[in-house]
Amino acid sequence: MTIPGETPFIFLDNYKTIFSDPYFWGSIKRTLLFMVISLFFEFSVGIAVAQLLNSKFFGKGFLTTIIIIPWAIPITVNAIMWKWIFNPSYGAWNALLTQIGLISSYQSWLSTPVSAMVILIGCYVWKVFPLVAILTLAAMQTVPDSLYEAAYVDGASKWYQFWHITLPLIMPALMVTLILKTVDAFKVFDIIYIMTSGGPMDSTKTIAFFSYLETFKYMDFGKGAAIAIIMTMVISVFAVFYYITLNRYGTRSTSRRRRKLFNHAK
Amino acid sequence: MEPAQHPDAVESCSIMLNKRSLLGSILTYIFAILLAIVVLAPPIWMFISSISTQAQLIELPLKWWPEEPSFYRYIAIATESGNSAAATFRQAVINSIIVGLTVTLICVSTGSLAAYSSSRLHFKGQSTVMFVMLFSYMLPPILIVVPLFVIMNSLGLLDSKLSLIITYSALLMPFAVWTLKGFFDTIPSELEDAARIDGCTHLGALFRVVLPLSAPGIAAASLLTFILSWEEFFIALIFTSSPASKTIPVGISEFTDRFQIDYPFMATGGVIAALIPVALCIIFQKGLIKGLTAGAVKG
Repeated sequence: MTIPGETPFIFLDNYKTIFSDPYFWGSIKRTLLFMVISLFFEFSVGIAVAQLLNSKFFGKGFLTTIIIIPWAIPITVNAIMWKWIFNPSYGAWNALLTQIGLISSYQSWLSTPVSAMVILIGCYVWKVFPLVAILTLAAMQTVPDSLYEAAYVDGASKWYQFWHITLPLIMPALMVTLILKTVDAFKVFDIIYIMTSGGPMDSTKTIAFFSYLETFKYMDFGKGAAIAIIMTMVISVFAVFYYITLNRYGTRSTSRRRRKLFNHAK
Repeated sequence: MEPAQHPDAVESCSIMLNKRSLLGSILTYIFAILLAIVVLAPPIWMFISSISTQAQLIELPLKWWPEEPSFYRYIAIATESGNSAAATFRQAVINSIIVGLTVTLICVSTGSLAAYSSSRLHFKGQSTVMFVMLFSYMLPPILIVVPLFVIMNSLGLLDSKLSLIITYSALLMPFAVWTLKGFFDTIPSELEDAARIDGCTHLGALFRVVLPLSAPGIAAASLLTFILSWEEFFIALIFTSSPASKTIPVGISEFTDRFQIDYPFMATGGVIAALIPVALCIIFQKGLIKGLTAGAVKG
């Protein structure tokens, strides 16, 4: 264990070790993979759900109420729940697939690298997409109906209306959410700790988990702290982006865009 | 000159907007049903597991509904005493409630002052202060947990609820401030100007005008702060080790450590841990969504 005052000052040696450590680059690669894929699905599913909840159909009220459940369930409960569902010997997923005849014997889903990563991403998306949907829906409801009516009169299809009216107008809200969710995905830890502990064969060892292991398992506080500092630097870039987005979209640009669209609609 | 518009034109136009083709309707309902299944099936299965017996759950082929559903694990968690797993879990629930309520009280009472000042007063370096707050909320917990561990250790606070209350209050304060600022920004400052002219101080205006008007905002901010504190896992994992201070997420994570897992008991714990935030979210959904959209920082 490193104790301040009793260990020599080594300047940037910890960083040198880390940057030449293939495990560090491996964890960076996995974190990026996790981030990109989970964000893609969080937002595509979230926006599709928001679009659904913004239209009229039977049972809409019920669906709007229950959609918040995955987000409200604490992430640790989410993790044990899915771990139980994907249990290799008694899991409901295995039972379901065997009973409808898709697989002939029970599989150990969380013990193969690719399917472990896929399941982690799936469970994480399950937790986050309701939030994206709710925030997107709130933004969609501020888009005035008159724009859609004008577009309809001009003969624009639903698809065209979505890309050229809805999306540009909800963009500010989406950008703010996107940056925050990127930071969250970059820091992902709880779900990995409970479901896979970074395994199998390090296939789900993301940067936050790597830093945790160095610090608390191998008791290398210097190295763990150095990784945490690198993470912080990456996050600070996102924070600056976030602040700029907030200031730019917050007031003027939204209204200018809106005015442009309104003029067009006239 | 444009031809005069028929008064019904606008109405018929919005009717046409909502008209959907048959295929479109079918696709809408398929998507809606799929969505409901994806959202509800996992928690429902967790609940079914919690009222089954261990023998039934590990039986092959799996049956989807217990022959004799039983709530005795819930009763055990509510009533059992001593050092049993059920009593330990109940202590974790109590700890989480104590920590959550205290943190919410601290964050919202102090945070509303900070939010009010950042919404109404203009001082040098204000935007820097807000940015630093935002940044501190985004920091990876792993960065601060080791120094905090050392500090808590030298204060003799390790493995106590107080250590969690102090840490969570500090970490969630920026969140509370940003959310409350979002609400205060929507209240017209003319109202306070009137109060100030009538002789109110800034604080007087806050307590007499702004706070009563932003009661829904304060409720939403409290709710979100409580949920975030309820959910926090990493710091609780590092700081606490005895049943007297462990919170629910730590208790939950320990279910997976045991060699022989009691699956129904694990599921019961999961249902109980999820019950409070899910119930709060569903009951206060409208206010909650307002809270999420008002603040720039979203949970």
